[in-house]
Amino acid sequence: MTQPGLIERNSRADRTNHWLVAITFILLALSGLALFHPALFFLTDLFGGGPWTRILHPFIGAVMFASFAALSLRFWRHNVVNRDDRRWLAQWRDVMNNREDRLPEVGRYNGGQKVLFWVMVACLVLLLLTGIVIWRPYFSPAFPITLVRAALLLHAVSAFVLVLGIIVHVYAAIWVKGTMRAMTRGTVTADWARKHHPGWYRHVTGQRQ
Amino acid sequence: MALQSLDIRARSATTTPLSSVRRGVEVAKLIDISKCIGCKACQSACMEWNDLRDAVGENTGSYDNPQNLTESSWTVMRFFETEPQGRLEWLIRKDGCMHCADPGCLKACPAPGAIVQYANGIVDFHQENCIGCGYCVAGCPFDIPRIAKKDSKAYKCTLCSDRVAVGLEPACIKTCPTGALVFGSKEDMIEHGNGRIADLKERGFQNAGLYDPAGVGGTHVMYVLQHADQPGLYALPNDPKISPLVSLWKGISKPIALAALGLAALGAFFHYIRVGPNEITDEDKESHDTTRPDRAQ
Ligand code: HEM
Ligand code: SF4
Repeated sequence: MTQPGLIERNSRADRTNHWLVAITFILLALSGLALFHPALFFLTDLFGGGPWTRILHPFIGAVMFASFAALSLRFWRHNVVNRDDRRWLAQWRDVMNNREDRLPEVGRYNGGQKVLFWVMVACLVLLLLTGIVIWRPYFSPAFPITLVRAALLLHAVSAFVLVLGIIVHVYAAIWVKGTMRAMTRGTVTADWARKHHPGWYRHVTGQRQ
Repeated sequence: MALQSLDIRARSATTTPLSSVRRGVEVAKLIDISKCIGCKACQSACMEWNDLRDAVGENTGSYDNPQNLTESSWTVMRFFETEPQGRLEWLIRKDGCMHCADPGCLKACPAPGAIVQYANGIVDFHQENCIGCGYCVAGCPFDIPRIAKKDSKAYKCTLCSDRVAVGLEPACIKTCPTGALVFGSKEDMIEHGNGRIADLKERGFQNAGLYDPAGVGGTHVMYVLQHADQPGLYALPNDPKISPLVSLWKGISKPIALAALGLAALGAFFHYIRVGPNEITDEDKESHDTTRPDRAQ
């Protein structure tokens, strides 16, 4: 049971799943960026050299896709964008300047979190599909060369968008104090929930308006 | 094959200038298709010099043998029966790396030093630096590099860079019995080719010409074609150039993308410094709250 003043936000299974995605993401970003630009080729040393980086990356990708698929099946229902979310997004200046009191009421997730969720879904699907098309030696030889070229470009583009999105995601967790424990301990304080996710707070505490 | 006696002009995944003080002669191989009899002596010489033995293939009813380039067949003769001017012609093209002045393979390669271009124009793969990603295959407009099943390394014609470095001609040139293959400075080869083209024109091949495609900056392997207006007859691309998809993927977009990621991280840091964290203040605490469930309005 959770202690008084604390509310459960992510179950043990949620947290395990999330950190599996996070760890595989870091490994993929490092091994992918190593091949992305010569300035980052030194990152291949982390994986035992160039050939090992090339061999490992797609297998880790498959693990990440599977674990992300599980995570998104758990979470997608909470990420349907509604009218309040659109207003929230339009007021991004208030968000950025910690003027939360002016924003429409936020439920389990805010508009930014929801949009980021769908961006991640789109990127992961694209990364998987294009990743298979460029995966040597197993699959790539079976595809026409123009498709392989397009897949290489799209893989790099979607990886870029995903990494950019994750930078925002990680910073948001650092910026909004008390958030990190939602994924490390699984609980948040009631004050945190009431301030940042009042709609969700009312829902979990069983209060109706 | 790295050789100290060859200056490297371009090197894969390398962003700083390479040795460019010395100015050497650019070399070229000229393949005169009108003189080729399809004997495949060049194929054998290539296998012998480079110590390559391909698997024995199958007869599919054509002289093409092996059917295609492989990691151990760096050159193959392709046979075409056509009637471009209303009479049968048997066109035989020696296929292999074109040694482009602007090589798509090198542009696409992510491994530093796996592909180099020497000052003499030869494009060479250094297998010890190859990681097996196959990007060179996507980069090449001529479908040349092959990734070996055995070791996942890319292979192709070296233009006998090892022989050329010590003043020898490539093995295929050495062995060609008809003079269809000649080797020398690129300038001389163009001149020689023009002589051949004039001769062919006199003999009724009005469209004879040199295949030295400008789309890839010219090549260090050139063809004299009887029908230069129809490279397709020889299964050559009309206007080969690095695919725009590859240029977009490998061009200016990469440094811009890296800069954008760096700026995003910096932007986040300075947001924290300027705006500060979003914290629970005393006002947010339960005691100040009027919407608390236990204190219904
Ligand atoms: C979802 C499954 C994924 C698969 C199957 C996959 C597969 C591949 C393959 C086969 C390559 C070619 C080089 C290599 O073999 O290492 C590659 C490159 C790359 N991957 Fe992935 N990948 C996946 C996910 C990801 C993710 C999540 C990221 C980003 C965090 C990413 C970033 C990259 C980057 C930046 C490159 C280099 C592209 C370039 O050189 O422009 N990949 N990937
Ligand atoms: S023909 Fe292909 S492999 Fe040869 S230099 Fe040009 S791009 Fe590279």
